[in-house]
Amino acid sequence: MLSFILRRLLQAIPILFGVSVMVFLMVQMIPGSPLDLLLPPDASPQLIEQMKEAYGFDKPAWQQYLLWLWQLLHGNLGYSIFNGAPVADELFDALGNTFVLAIPAAFTGFGLGILLGVSAALSQGGPLDKLLSAIAITGVSLPHYWFAIVMVVIFSVNLNWLPAQGMQFTGVPTTLAGFKSMILPVITLSLIPMGVVARVVRAAVLEVMSQEFVNTLHAKGLWDRSVLLHVMKNAAPATLAVMGLQFGYLLGGSILVETVFNWPGSGNLLNLAIFRRDIPVMQATIIVLAAFFVLLNLIVDIAQALIDPRIRR
Amino acid sequence: MKKSVTGKIAALLIGTMLSAGTALADGGTLRIAMTSSDVPVTTGMPNNGFEGMRFLGYPVFEPLVDWDLSSADKPADIRPGLAESWEIDPEDTKRWIFHLRPDVEFHDGSAFDADAVVWNLERFFDETSPQFDQAGSAIVRGRNPILDSWEKIDDMTVAITTKYPASYFPYIMSYMLIASPAAFETANSDWNEYGKAPSGTGPFKVTNVTPRVSVELSRNDDYWNPDRIAKLDHIQLFPMPEPTTRLAALRSGQVDWIEVPPPDAIPGLEGAGFNVVTNTYPHVWPWEFDTTEGSPFADVRVRQAANYAVNREGIVALMNGTAAPAKGFFDVDSPLFGSPENDYTYDPEKARALLAEAGYGPDNPVHAKILTSTSGSGQMLPVQMNEYLQQTMAESGFDIDLEMTEWGSLLVALRNPPGTAPTMDADALNISFASSDISYLAKYFHSKNASPVSQNWGAFGTPETDALLDQIETTFDAEKQAELTAELHAKIVDQAPWLFIVHDLNPRAMSEHVKGFVSAQSWFQDLTSVYIEE
Repeated sequence: MLSFILRRLLQAIPILFGVSVMVFLMVQMIPGSPLDLLLPPDASPQLIEQMKEAYGFDKPAWQQYLLWLWQLLHGNLGYSIFNGAPVADELFDALGNTFVLAIPAAFTGFGLGILLGVSAALSQGGPLDKLLSAIAITGVSLPHYWFAIVMVVIFSVNLNWLPAQGMQFTGVPTTLAGFKSMILPVITLSLIPMGVVARVVRAAVLEVMSQEFVNTLHAKGLWDRSVLLHVMKNAAPATLAVMGLQFGYLLGGSILVETVFNWPGSGNLLNLAIFRRDIPVMQATIIVLAAFFVLLNLIVDIAQALIDPRIRR
Repeated sequence: MKKSVTGKIAALLIGTMLSAGTALADGGTLRIAMTSSDVPVTTGMPNNGFEGMRFLGYPVFEPLVDWDLSSADKPADIRPGLAESWEIDPEDTKRWIFHLRPDVEFHDGSAFDADAVVWNLERFFDETSPQFDQAGSAIVRGRNPILDSWEKIDDMTVAITTKYPASYFPYIMSYMLIASPAAFETANSDWNEYGKAPSGTGPFKVTNVTPRVSVELSRNDDYWNPDRIAKLDHIQLFPMPEPTTRLAALRSGQVDWIEVPPPDAIPGLEGAGFNVVTNTYPHVWPWEFDTTEGSPFADVRVRQAANYAVNREGIVALMNGTAAPAKGFFDVDSPLFGSPENDYTYDPEKARALLAEAGYGPDNPVHAKILTSTSGSGQMLPVQMNEYLQQTMAESGFDIDLEMTEWGSLLVALRNPPGTAPTMDADALNISFASSDISYLAKYFHSKNASPVSQNWGAFGTPETDALLDQIETTFDAEKQAELTAELHAKIVDQAPWLFIVHDLNPRAMSEHVKGFVSAQSWFQDLTSVYIEE
């Protein structure tokens, strides 16, 4: 097991390296440098050239990349071009703010998704199955952005129960106002994972139930509930893989949800960095998020291996 | 147990009521949602454009030459700020002498004097100084490209020399704010640290900064000008780039004031008892024509025809009254507008006649490509407005092709001459500009400033307008200067280097509790007169 984990960790290095090169190349392809955005619209091109030199953007791209990589290997994520703040501070604050939403959203989404999926599978073809599947499909296909605005109109503007926007705490919520500010974003974020997990669980459960060992279990006279446990255990690896990916997306922070709710998370930070061409912030955010994905996949693989001995072999 | 919880709630309620009571006795807390996507930098040289200057510039820090924002009825002009007076050196028209205001203290208690001014000049213009601030320098130099050198004459007098004579230099100096040198030492000579506890001389102090979330300003009780001691206790500023989010925040009572409500929400806001404040200010939303060989707009008749083909009232209606028709660079009511021969009303017939003269006709419309952005600072609703122009101008014989890009790419296009790759073969750019003062005229309309040198993107220029611009630069008598500017402006209107479309009216919506606000005709606003009445 240990060598499996080590091997996977080593494999992550070329992946992250590839991601960093890709990001860097993509940034080079967008017209304009951060200075075009930092300077007032009426700044003269001469000044922009001067400033490019001062910031080192006049150097060839590969030199800029190597410099960035060198700093990264020394644990320095650099400084934002826009406000001079250390990228590490900005990024870890933003990630924290995203985690605070992602974790409850994952619990809600996965919990509801599993419940819906299993219930639908058990009543396959019946009206309940159709209803639950419809809910799952709605969850996947409803535009987040629209759903969020509708909730704000109902719960903030009309009923005035919940705040319309903003994170009313720093770190973790300790006050009622803090918790209230999380409710609408968490519900919105949990929609997609709920829908996706429900559909995957339904399919996986149905597939397992059609296998012969289930008939055998029934024939042995096992109670329905015990049979279901066996079915669930067999359906778990496929579900886990999907949940890992979905959790990764949540950690990345939904740009749309964070924009509507004005939530200072990582999606928001990345969006801002892209529009400002704030290269150091962009690079660091994407690299760290990519690292999360790699790590999550690893955790999923380990969990699958623990549940299903066939995978270990 | 239950009892104690109820007790706590009661205590909390009483506490809240008490604090609301104190707020009533004082000026209260004003919560503002800005359109910026981030908290503007709080070091005394805010980013996020003029919105940053409006909220984290002038309220906290002051320039030598300030803006008089006390009137809603006339365009805001400059007034003495941290300099009590200034004059041009009679021996040298490039050398300006600023007499500093005595007895002014920074928020940290240190004194304002000539050393502080020199220290700030070094911050922006001297790369070798320990306080050199690269990002701040980029912004200041963008707005002040002509400052050359400086010297301290005595403790309360500073001389600043420009690269060439420029009568409008005091206007340019209004964009450089003065921060406390002593506070920089306290911040271990680090601008990022400085931003956490900055110190200026303005009517408000920065008392709390939460990066990307909010900034709190508090009244400076020791402000040097007793007439402008703020009424408010605090101002809380929130970045909220999404218009619907700002709207929801205002309507649910999370903020008291939002910048730029979505135009289609204005009737609803007014119906619900909110005040929507608009006023003219120096902003223009034009198309900048490529006037070089090969462009249809090289011909002045085509440019004039386009100006007659615009239904400005239609756009004003589309914007729910948050814009005013533009018939020139300056507003028609400005004393600098002059008396042009052309009055650009909506006149498709006249447009068609001009086009016929220029060799176009019903079977041969003017094909032109316009580059604009989907959003961006001051761009209003670029997609809808340009589509409206495209449809209505077709009637007069213009076949307009719209190319939408994002804000950053449009800025890059602006900085490259017509015909180069970043401009995407556009015959005109649609990018809005400030028209705050005469210093802008040369930048946009003098042929020596044709891109890529400066902002005259379409390389417009006539010997006549160039000569007038040169004369204005060296005319130091204010009255004569205004006269020449009006004469020049009339010629620019007739030459039509731009399609003059609308001026934004800078809408902001506020709850009925916000009182005392005077909407100055400016990009900047004075928050000292505002208070909250519960």
